[in-house]
Amino acid sequence: MLKGLLEHIGLEPGRLQFSWISSAEATKFVEVAQGVAKEVNALGPATRLVKRRAEVG
Amino acid sequence: MREYTEKIREIAKKLLESKRVDVFIGYRKGTVAMMNEPVLIREPEKVGLLHWDSHCGLNLCNYLTKRTEKIGIVANGCNSRNIVTHILENQIKREQLYVVGIPCTGVIDHRGVQRAVQPREIEDVEDEGDAFVVRAKDFRETFKKKDFLRTNCAVCGHRNPVLFDEMVAEPVEEEKEVRPYHDVESIEKMSSEKKWAFFTQLISKCIRCYACRNACPLCYCPTCFVDESKPQWVGKSTDPTDTMTFHFLRAYHCAGRCTDCGACERVCPVGISMRQFTKKLNKDAEAYFGWEAGLRLEERPPLDVYRPDDYNDFVR
Repeated sequence: MLKGLLEHIGLEPGRLQFSWISSAEATKFVEVAQGVAKEVNALGPATRLVKRRAEVG
Repeated sequence: MREYTEKIREIAKKLLESKRVDVFIGYRKGTVAMMNEPVLIREPEKVGLLHWDSHCGLNLCNYLTKRTEKIGIVANGCNSRNIVTHILENQIKREQLYVVGIPCTGVIDHRGVQRAVQPREIEDVEDEGDAFVVRAKDFRETFKKKDFLRTNCAVCGHRNPVLFDEMVAEPVEEEKEVRPYHDVESIEKMSSEKKWAFFTQLISKCIRCYACRNACPLCYCPTCFVDESKPQWVGKSTDPTDTMTFHFLRAYHCAGRCTDCGACERVCPVGISMRQFTKKLNKDAEAYFGWEAGLRLEERPPLDVYRPDDYNDFVR
């Protein structure tokens, strides 16, 4: 439901992902991590729900 | 509505005199038109303060949390569902309560009335059956109540109390044809960019006064996450990201618990429609768990039990 709410308010689908991986599932961990990295890379840098540092000077 | 008021006073008097309850929680007419306020009555001779009309928009469950005495309380549909939620969450015991049920025909949107008669200063607004009369200086006009209902009341499917010891009148007919999630569906159809723009715009006026949280009967934590400073979960400024974080997290804390009573929107000083956050969660709770908050005492809320068939399509 959190994912649903965040995507409803405009967070890009794919930016937030959930998985359940046992400590014995090394292969799954690699697959998921690579998959997430690939999808997030495709989305580019996050601009929504990101707090920017005040620009000084 | 005068009959409701009379009946509430009569029941409250009976309960206080017989010591069936120690305190009676209801509404009294506010000093400003359309602004009824909560009142706690302990002496039978003071029941004349009690009042009911179409402006009882605050949620009285706020005054139940962790009380230990015996309490009489008036409750319409949504408020009674909050009482059920309070009992399920161990904030009050059923045995402590004497619930006076109100068949509700909706609360009037005070901002809508003000807009309709502006720039006049409203002196009094009084119910007259399906209509209401607005009085101001050299001005008197009757409006239809159904044209001025709050947006949550206009789509309400639970007007009668789900839990009561005594009703003040016969139940009213429930609305069957309402489409409560019409607005959520239209946002769901938007692109991600549009959604972000919509919600950013929606909360842009927020001054972080937390009136929505204070008016909400679900927000009873001793220290709210927004008030903590060690650790500081969310920034306290009106930075757009801080404000968005406050709004979506506040809403998320109400997931599977919100009864759409509309108190949050009613008290917002800048008129933000923050129910757009909670309504999405209500819709999902219904879609994923077949759950509407506060309808039954016998069933645990979906987010505090595990069921093997809980949906988990989001887990990769």
